[in-house]
Amino acid sequence: MKHELKFTLNGQPYEIYIKPKTLLVEVLRDELGFTGTKRGCSSSSCGACTVMLNGASVKSCSILALQANGAEVVTVEGLAKGAELHPLQKAFLDHGAFQCGFCTAGMLMSARGLFEENATPDVMTIKEAIDGNICRCTGYNSIVRALTAVSKGEYKEES
Amino acid sequence: MSKYSVIGTRVHRVDGVEKVTGTAKYTFDMVLPNMLYGKILRSPHPHAKILSIDTSKAEKLIGVKAVVTGKDTIGKKQGIWRRFPELCDEEILCREKVRYIGDAVAAVAAIDEDTAEEALDLIEVDYEPLPAVFNPMEAITEEAPQIHEGVELNININRHLEWGNVDDAWKDCDHIIEEQYVCSSQAHVCMETHDALASFDHNGKLTIWTSTQAAYYIQVLAADMLGIREGDVRCINPYTGGGFGSKFELDSAQFCAALLSQKIRRPVKIVLNREEEFTATKRRTPMYYFVKLGAKKDGTMLAKEVRVITEGGAYTAMGATALYLTGFFSSFPYKYPNYRYDGYRAYTNTAPTSAMRGFGAPQSTFVGESMIDNLAEDLGIDPIEIRRKNGMTPNYVVPGQAWIQSCGLHECLDAIEKHVKERGKLPPNRGIGVSAYGFMSGGIFNWFDTPYAFSSAIVRINIDGKVDLFTGANEIGQGSNTTLSMICAEALGVKLDDIRIHSADTGICPPDLGAWGSRETLMNGNAVKRAAEDAKNQLIEFAAAKMGINIVYDMDIKDGWIHLVDRPERGVSYYDIVKDAIRGKDGEAIIGRGHYTPHRKGMISPAYSFGVQAAEVEVDPETGRYKLVNVTTAHESGTVINPVGIEGQLEGAIMMAGGYGFCEDQPMDEGKILNPSIADYKLIRALDMPETEILEIDTYEPEGPFGAKEAGEGLTNPTAGAIGNAVYKAAGVRIRHLPITPEKVFRALEAKKKQEK
Repeated sequence: MKHELKFTLNGQPYEIYIKPKTLLVEVLRDELGFTGTKRGCSSSSCGACTVMLNGASVKSCSILALQANGAEVVTVEGLAKGAELHPLQKAFLDHGAFQCGFCTAGMLMSARGLFEENATPDVMTIKEAIDGNICRCTGYNSIVRALTAVSKGEYKEES
Repeated sequence: MSKYSVIGTRVHRVDGVEKVTGTAKYTFDMVLPNMLYGKILRSPHPHAKILSIDTSKAEKLIGVKAVVTGKDTIGKKQGIWRRFPELCDEEILCREKVRYIGDAVAAVAAIDEDTAEEALDLIEVDYEPLPAVFNPMEAITEEAPQIHEGVELNININRHLEWGNVDDAWKDCDHIIEEQYVCSSQAHVCMETHDALASFDHNGKLTIWTSTQAAYYIQVLAADMLGIREGDVRCINPYTGGGFGSKFELDSAQFCAALLSQKIRRPVKIVLNREEEFTATKRRTPMYYFVKLGAKKDGTMLAKEVRVITEGGAYTAMGATALYLTGFFSSFPYKYPNYRYDGYRAYTNTAPTSAMRGFGAPQSTFVGESMIDNLAEDLGIDPIEIRRKNGMTPNYVVPGQAWIQSCGLHECLDAIEKHVKERGKLPPNRGIGVSAYGFMSGGIFNWFDTPYAFSSAIVRINIDGKVDLFTGANEIGQGSNTTLSMICAEALGVKLDDIRIHSADTGICPPDLGAWGSRETLMNGNAVKRAAEDAKNQLIEFAAAKMGINIVYDMDIKDGWIHLVDRPERGVSYYDIVKDAIRGKDGEAIIGRGHYTPHRKGMISPAYSFGVQAAEVEVDPETGRYKLVNVTTAHESGTVINPVGIEGQLEGAIMMAGGYGFCEDQPMDEGKILNPSIADYKLIRALDMPETEILEIDTYEPEGPFGAKEAGEGLTNPTAGAIGNAVYKAAGVRIRHLPITPEKVFRALEAKKKQEK
C-alpha cells in the first residue's frame, strides 16, 4: 500500500507515492535521482546524508520520507543558483575542504543549517556543528577554515 | 618569483565544482537500465567446511534473477601475486571451506535490494565447524589447526633483511634495550563502501564500474577469475569515495557482481553495507614486535634487530608487502650500520589484513620512535639530538636495499627543534613528543608481473589548443587528477584550464599500477611530463620551421607562448601553432606519449620523502584521559606541485594516524569484530582534531617530475609514535600497545603509583 508524499524539493513541488517505510534519503536518491546526497552508514552516525528540512539540517537516513510531508527540503543540488555557486561551495573550493568528496554534500548541508541559525559562528560552534559528519580525508581543519571565512563575511551571496 | 606558472600555485581541484555541487558521480550513484541489485551471503563461522549449499528456495523467490556459489566459478584463487602463484589463495566465493567470519559463500541478484536480502535468508548452507585460531602467536604452534592446506604452522610467508653484522655489533654497544610492542588493527573506513556495477553484454564483453584504487588490476584480475580475456574487460573508476589501501585488490562486490552479470547478462550492482565493510573487507595488519636496539654512550646507534609476527587473517592479500615494508621501514630514517629483520606472517581465522595507508610503516615507526626516545632518555641525550646524530642524509645508501637521493630530514629536525622551543615552558600535565619518519614514492615491486610500463600517459592536443590527457592513474580523493593536470600544463606551457584529464578507464587510458604506495605523483607524474614534452617538441618543430630561426636557439613554451629561451619576446602563440601543426600533419591531432618504470634505483622505491612531527598532549593524571592539543609537522616532499593538496594530505593523515595512535581499534571475540559500525568504531571527529601546523621544507628530488616526490602515506607514519612519546613526557608512562587509549594510560598510571609506593 503506497502513500502520497507531497513536499517541496529545492523549490520544486513534488507529489509521489511511496511505501510508508521509505526513508527520506531513499526518496531523494532512489525515487527522484538526487544522488548528490550520499549514504555512508545507514545508522545515522556518519552525516553523509544530511539535508535541510524546513530550514534545519537533518540526517535523511534517520527520518521516514512521510515525515517530510508538506515540508521544504533542500539538498546539495539546491545550493547553487544556476551557474552561480553558493558562498559555502566557493569557500570549500578555495580552502580545499574536501578530497574524495563523498562526505561533502552532508558537510555542506550541516554548515548550511549552522548558518541558518547563526550567521557568525565562532570556531568552536563550527566544530560542534560538523561533529556529526565524518570526513576520512581532510582532517576537518580545512573545512573549519572554510566555514570561518564564511562566518567572517568573506563570501557573500550575490543578490 | 617562481620559475613555474602552474606548479606550486593554489588552485581549485579539477574535480572541485562537481564535488561541491553533488554532480560528481560515484559507482554508488550509478543506475543502468534493466539493472539488478546483488547481495552476498557470508560465513558466520571463523573456520568451517562447507558440506552443501542449497539455493533452490532462494531461486524460487519472486524477483530473484540469479544465484551463484563457488560452483559457478572456474575455481581459481585470486591474488595480486601473479609472479608467486602460491600466494594467490583467495577464492572469493568459497567452494569447500570458509576461513573467517565474513568469507563469501553465495551471491544473489534480484530486482531490488530487499528481495536480494530476503533471498539470502533462504539459502541453506550446511557447515561443519572446524577448530579455529585467532592469535598469530598461537597460529604458529604445532597444536593450531591448519588454515590452508599444505601451509605448515600457518606461516603464510616470511621475510628476512640483513646488513652489517648484528651479532658482532652488540659487544661494541654501551647500552642495549630490548622491548616488545603490539600494533593493533585499523579499519580504512572509506566513506564510500566497496561497490561495483558489472555489466556483461551478449558478446561476452564486461564493463565494470567500481570504487577502486587500481582499475588496471581489477580489469586483469576480474578477467582471470572469470576465465575471459583481459581485453574483454573494461574497468572504469568514476569518482571514488576514499581508498586508503583497501581498494586495489579484486573484492567480493566486484567479483560477485561480475559473476552474476555473466550468468544473467544484465547489469548487477553490489554495494557493501557498512557492517560488511568493517567485517568482510581487509584491514591494517596487526603486528607483534620484538626489538633489540644498541648504541654507544654518545647516542650513535650501532645495531638493531627486529622480529615481527603479523596477524595475517585468512588470506595473503597485500599482507606480504606490509610484512616486507615494515621490516625495511624499521630501519628508517636512520643509518644503522648493522641491521637484521625477520618477519613472519601467520594465517589466522580472522578478517584478512592487508595494505593500509603507510603499508607497515606506521607500525614500524611507532615502535622505532618509541624505542629511540627510550634510548635517548637512558643515555641522557636530547630526543632531537639523537635523531640528528643517526639520521639519514642525502645520497645515503641503505646497504643492499635502497639509494636515497634527496633527503631533508636534518632540516626538518631543525624546524621541529625550533617549534618545540617556541612552545616554551608547558603547563603541567602537558608534553611534546617527537617522531621522525620517511616513506617511499611508489614501490619498485612487480609481483603483479605487468608487462607494461608502471605508468603511462597520452597527451592529445586538439585544434583549439585544448589538451586531452589520458592516464591510468586513479583519482581516489588524493588529488591525482589535479596534480597530474598541473604537471601536464606546466610541462606543455599552457594554462591548467586547457587540460581535460581522462583517468582510470581501462578502455581508453594506458595502464597504470594504480594509487597505492604513494606512487602517482612521481611515477605517473613522470609519464605525464614526458608525454607533454613529446607533444611540446612536435609543436616546437613547427614553430621553429615557421619562424625560420637560427638552429642555435633553444625554444620552449610557457603560458601559451612558443619562444626562444634566450629571447623570450621572439615567439608565436601556442594556439596558432597548434592550428598550423595539425594541418601540417595531414589533419592528425598532436599526440604525445610518455611512460615511466623505475630503473637502477634499488629494490624498494625511486625516491623517499622525510619529515619530523611533534605532538603535544595534555593528560589528566587522575583519569588517564588525554587530549591532542597540537600536531606540527616539518615535512619535505621535493618540489610542491599542488600546495592545497599537500595540506589536505597532511591534515587528513593526522586524523587517520592520530586515530591509530589514540582511539581506533577492532576488538574481536572468537574472530568476530565487535564494533562493526561507525557508531562503535571510534574515529577522530571535528571536535577531537588538534591544531595542525605545517612547516614545509624545500628539497628537490632528481628522479621526480619537476623535483617532486610522495606526500601521501609517509604522513601517516609518525603520529602514533609522537603521541606515545608525548604521553610519556606528560605523564611518565610508556604505552607499548596501540592504541594508546585513556584506559591504558590510566592503568599504567595506577601501576606506576603502586610501584612508587
